[in-house]
Amino acid sequence: MTEIADSTRIVKESLNKRYASERRFRRLGLMAIFFGVSFVLILFADIFSKGYTAFLQTQIELEIFYDPAIIDPGHTNDPQVIGKADFAKLYKAALKERFPDATSRSARRDLYNLVSNGVAYSLRDTVLDNPGLIGTRLTLWLVADDEIDMLIKGHIHRDAPESDRRVSNQSIAFIEQLEASDSVRKSFSWTFLTAGDSREPEQAGIGGAVMGSLFTLLVTLSLAFPIGVAAAIYLEEFAAKNQFTDLIEVNINNLAAVPSIVFGLLGLAVFLNFFGMPRSAPLVGGLVLTLMTLPTIIIASRASLKSVPLSIREAALGVGASKVQTVFHHVLPQAMPGMMTGTIIGMAQALGESAPLLMIGMVAFIVDIPTSPLDPSTVLPVQIFLWADSPERAFLERTSAAIMVLLGFLVAMNALAVILRKRFEKRW
Amino acid sequence: MSKANIYAIENPVTHQPGWIGSRVQEGSENTASPYATVGNIAVPNPRMSARSVNVFYDEKQAINNVSLDIGLNEVISMIGPSGCGKSTFLRCLNRMNDTIDICRVEGEITLQDENIYSKSMDAVLLRARVGMVFQKPNPFPKSIYDNIAYGPKIHGLARSRSELNEIVETSLAKAGLWDEVKDRLTKPGTGLSGGQQQRLCIARAIAVSPEVILMDEPCSALDPIATARVEELIDELRQNYTIAIVTHSMQQAARVSQRTAYFHLGNLVEVGETNDIFTNPKHPLTEAYITGRFG
Repeated sequence: MTEIADSTRIVKESLNKRYASERRFRRLGLMAIFFGVSFVLILFADIFSKGYTAFLQTQIELEIFYDPAIIDPGHTNDPQVIGKADFAKLYKAALKERFPDATSRSARRDLYNLVSNGVAYSLRDTVLDNPGLIGTRLTLWLVADDEIDMLIKGHIHRDAPESDRRVSNQSIAFIEQLEASDSVRKSFSWTFLTAGDSREPEQAGIGGAVMGSLFTLLVTLSLAFPIGVAAAIYLEEFAAKNQFTDLIEVNINNLAAVPSIVFGLLGLAVFLNFFGMPRSAPLVGGLVLTLMTLPTIIIASRASLKSVPLSIREAALGVGASKVQTVFHHVLPQAMPGMMTGTIIGMAQALGESAPLLMIGMVAFIVDIPTSPLDPSTVLPVQIFLWADSPERAFLERTSAAIMVLLGFLVAMNALAVILRKRFEKRW
Repeated sequence: MSKANIYAIENPVTHQPGWIGSRVQEGSENTASPYATVGNIAVPNPRMSARSVNVFYDEKQAINNVSLDIGLNEVISMIGPSGCGKSTFLRCLNRMNDTIDICRVEGEITLQDENIYSKSMDAVLLRARVGMVFQKPNPFPKSIYDNIAYGPKIHGLARSRSELNEIVETSLAKAGLWDEVKDRLTKPGTGLSGGQQQRLCIARAIAVSPEVILMDEPCSALDPIATARVEELIDELRQNYTIAIVTHSMQQAARVSQRTAYFHLGNLVEVGETNDIFTNPKHPLTEAYITGRFG
């Protein structure tokens, strides 16, 4: 009797200590979560606050006269002739008309620099599409130069001394006149989402990088998923368990830990130099990322095959299914959600990878948007790297905006992984 | 005989976590010297017969020189303490042990005078002829219909959809499940109760028309009412099938089987008519077990 009372007392005394350690652990865990979440929030807030303005583009309203004397003096209507005309003269004329007082050379230069020089190309394209415009007058919203864009967005301060800013007092005077007549606006920039890269920030977009990433990931997915799953099935279900397969397993695990730049160098040596594949092409990028993603997919697939209960295999074998039938009819469908999750996580990793792609030349400055995996192109993370390296102020916001787009893709892919897992997971 | 020795060999199959490899408990060095089995192992006109079967997991011997006949349309039960090798022996009968790398089977087991371990015998064909019901109900995570139809489909037993429907219906009817599930054939088999799931597994085994059905403790996960239902079913199935059942419940062995085999530490100690074994055991170990002195 005394013994029982004694042990109850001892247990009671130890309780406080045990609960205290539990509380300590909970607090530590909570702090860890707090730190993690707050760093993510700081990162997101910083990127979003810097980047959202890149989705807006300053535009200036001008009345353009499609002057036949400039576009097509001989009235040939020949696209070749029209294509060679100096369309910059059209907007320059419109600016001169708007500001007749600006006559000095420096004033003219500042005046012409209000509008992006890319406007000439867009004017040419609209005329080539619709030659009927020649001789007419149209009021258009023209894309402003990136320095003016920065001024309007407030990244260049008007009250700073003239020597400290890249926009002259003269330009500010022009802009203020335009603002007074409501001829300046900020509108959503489709250019940023659809255009390829450019030296001029206002003409630069992530369309080329997005397409490049898409082609690269397509190549990676179509190679890494089937090869990875097949390797996992063979190793897990069919291969004999011996030292050789142990060695393979160890090496696959090692491969997952190899720095990605090494895969880039391998791709450079093998795919470009030995096989002579095209430089900067998403095809080669995809091959390199396949090498990098394969171990991840194999490891995830093997883990998910391992987790299929033995009872399901025995049930199938028990009714006379062969090994292959057991694996493909019963084990694989059960393991599929896990395999897909692993694959998507591997693909997300590949999407964010830049180092190996630098090695195979996907860091080149490419204006054209790729239309096939063989065209030279760049990818989102490399585009971010390129823009982050550019001196123009306007590329700063574009860098942040490109990071936003990349994060958007990553979040979407991870969400897809979660949905697939929830959707296809079966309970037994 | 100490208690530790009685539990010496952990059943290496039923609870193992992985696909391959098995777990054998320590301290079972005394793979006992061969007993001469008490009772008559042979029956006239056997469906299956095992002669001098030895089973090893790596170096460890799990079955020691067991010979036993399984008669036509009889229910034979195998009893014995945990780790006595009864499940291992049962799994030899349809070569389920093939899936375990370290498992090695010696001796001869015949099905209708064909050696099932000979090169000419295909394990897949054998398992179609010798079906199996497992300890834990393990329906496929598919519909009730697909659970039954899977076996006939892969073996090509049904030439048309209507034939397949018929096989599904008769199999479920034989397992006494048809009336309970006929309105929900497309619902998942895993949604049934434990007892229904086990009868579904029996129906799945019947669907490929096996000659022999092996049952490895089929009622150990079921409540008494579901157990009674399965036992009834076993009795009905005896008309058409030969059944070998491993059980931990001596009452169950007494209720459903005509012959009983008592295993101990990998040896087949005694075999005979169920009535005789339970009322008049000849071997002292058998007597000790059925009177509840250990086990």
